[in-house]
Amino acid sequence: MEHAIETFNLTKQFKDLTAVDHLNFKIKKGEIFGLLGPNGAGKTTTISMLCTILRPTEGTATVNGYDILKESGEVRKSIGIVFQEPSVDDILTGRENLQLHAMWYGVPKETRKQRIDEVLKLVGLESRQHSLVKTYSGGMRRRLELARGLLHLPKVLFLDEPTLGLDPQTREHIWEYIERMSKEKDMTIVLTTHYMEEADRLCDRIAIIDQGRIVVMDTPEVLKGSVGGDIICLKTAVTDTERFRKITSVSNIEVEDGYIVLTVGNAGEHLQEILNLAGKVESVQIRPASLDDAFISYTGKEIRPDSGEGGIAQRIVREKTLR
Amino acid sequence: MNEAEAIYALWYREFKVFTREKSRVVTSVFTPLLWIFVFGGGLGSTIDIEGINYQVFIYPGVLAMSVLFSSVFYGVYIIWDRKIDILKEVLVAPLSRTSIFVGKVLGGCTDSMIQAFLMLMISFTVGVYLTPYAFLMAVLVLFLLSLSLVSAGLIIGSVMESPEGFNMIISFLVFPLFFFSGALYPLNNLPPWLAAITYIDPVTYGVDALRTVTIGVSRFPIYLDLSVLAGFALVMFTVGTIAFERMNVL
Repeated sequence: MEHAIETFNLTKQFKDLTAVDHLNFKIKKGEIFGLLGPNGAGKTTTISMLCTILRPTEGTATVNGYDILKESGEVRKSIGIVFQEPSVDDILTGRENLQLHAMWYGVPKETRKQRIDEVLKLVGLESRQHSLVKTYSGGMRRRLELARGLLHLPKVLFLDEPTLGLDPQTREHIWEYIERMSKEKDMTIVLTTHYMEEADRLCDRIAIIDQGRIVVMDTPEVLKGSVGGDIICLKTAVTDTERFRKITSVSNIEVEDGYIVLTVGNAGEHLQEILNLAGKVESVQIRPASLDDAFISYTGKEIRPDSGEGGIAQRIVREKTLR
Repeated sequence: MNEAEAIYALWYREFKVFTREKSRVVTSVFTPLLWIFVFGGGLGSTIDIEGINYQVFIYPGVLAMSVLFSSVFYGVYIIWDRKIDILKEVLVAPLSRTSIFVGKVLGGCTDSMIQAFLMLMISFTVGVYLTPYAFLMAVLVLFLLSLSLVSAGLIIGSVMESPEGFNMIISFLVFPLFFFSGALYPLNNLPPWLAAITYIDPVTYGVDALRTVTIGVSRFPIYLDLSVLAGFALVMFTVGTIAFERMNVL
């Protein structure tokens, strides 16, 4: 068995909405695999089916070689799940939460204490293990969830939006934990996210998912490369943008808020040419293409309509969708 | 083996919650005390039933009431557990649904029985003195009652989508079960329509059994009471395991 997860036309239909539409993908053992997409793309539904929480309407999948329909018990024993909404028990202490989990997942009595100490240390909650969870901050709860997901040494760990709503510092911590788990425990990790940085930072491979379908699946590097190089934003008086087409390495031209946004094969090489064409330039901004750009180029949509950050390209798309 | 430990873990969680939320214990004992001392004491000052002071007469009824309320509430409470997602962790664990149900039922019975013990402890204050046999029989009856009613509550909780229906459960299930059980009045001279309903209310048999063992007043033979209670518990427990089997995680 070389694949941790394999899906076969996995489909979920909710009344008249097809949340997941005939997905076929394979996740290698030991890989960190990201399902990236906007809210409502079908990420959580996909994960829920793989975790045997939801029954697919059509198709099936194997997790650790077990069929999610026929061997759901075996699937559940071999996986760990960290939910989008924290499901740790408020009225128990951190340690008690882990003790109960160990009993539910059949962690042998002899190794239980040691495992619990280990995961508490991993997420840095040793000093607060005897406090009630209701006194924990959001970040601490998430860390406890992570610890719990790891406690029974699952072969595959599912993380549904692991850093949603956390502050940057806590996010950084959680990312470090995830990376460490993947390395030290040789665990296959499947995560959903709508944060580009997260997918870029953590994942070996990413599937961009939109409206229940996989739009593209590859490594972050290839996805970024596919955008066609760098992004140049110009603020200039020039309104005729067609002139930039003369430069063959310019693959895309957009206008937004008085900015001209060019996608260029190699910005460094062609900057002088571009500036010559642009005439008097008020400001120039150059950056390498990001996963954001890749996402937009594949789905024609912005991923974070709720976020102010994220650069010009995203604002362009917002403008586009408004029209 | 593993399942037994898992059931223990489920029970342990409920027990911890119960011991940590002391306000719940206090609240749940407070209402029965009002019934016994204010309602019972007030009417008891002028009313006797079958030669027994009214306050003494309703004591067994109030015992049944305290278990009725706490058991059904406990069961229906899983709606909130589901809403705040703590039930999800259990539902996705590699456990059989029957184990989860059994663990929950045991947790609920423990809660109810602790309250029942407290209520039994104060029996002397209303002038009811229990022999060890009477005490044990009362515990048995209350346990059967609790087992069936926790199961009933869990069944409702497992199919109810949102907590909005909670008040409906109280108005249309818990209060009727209580008022038709004869907890507050004797069953001897009832109009036929009311008598008929009291006979189909399973709580009636709990109240009658408790009256038999605590104050020596009865309408039905004790073996009939116990058979009905045991049968009701068995049915509710079985239906409950099926309901949990069918419950969706999300």
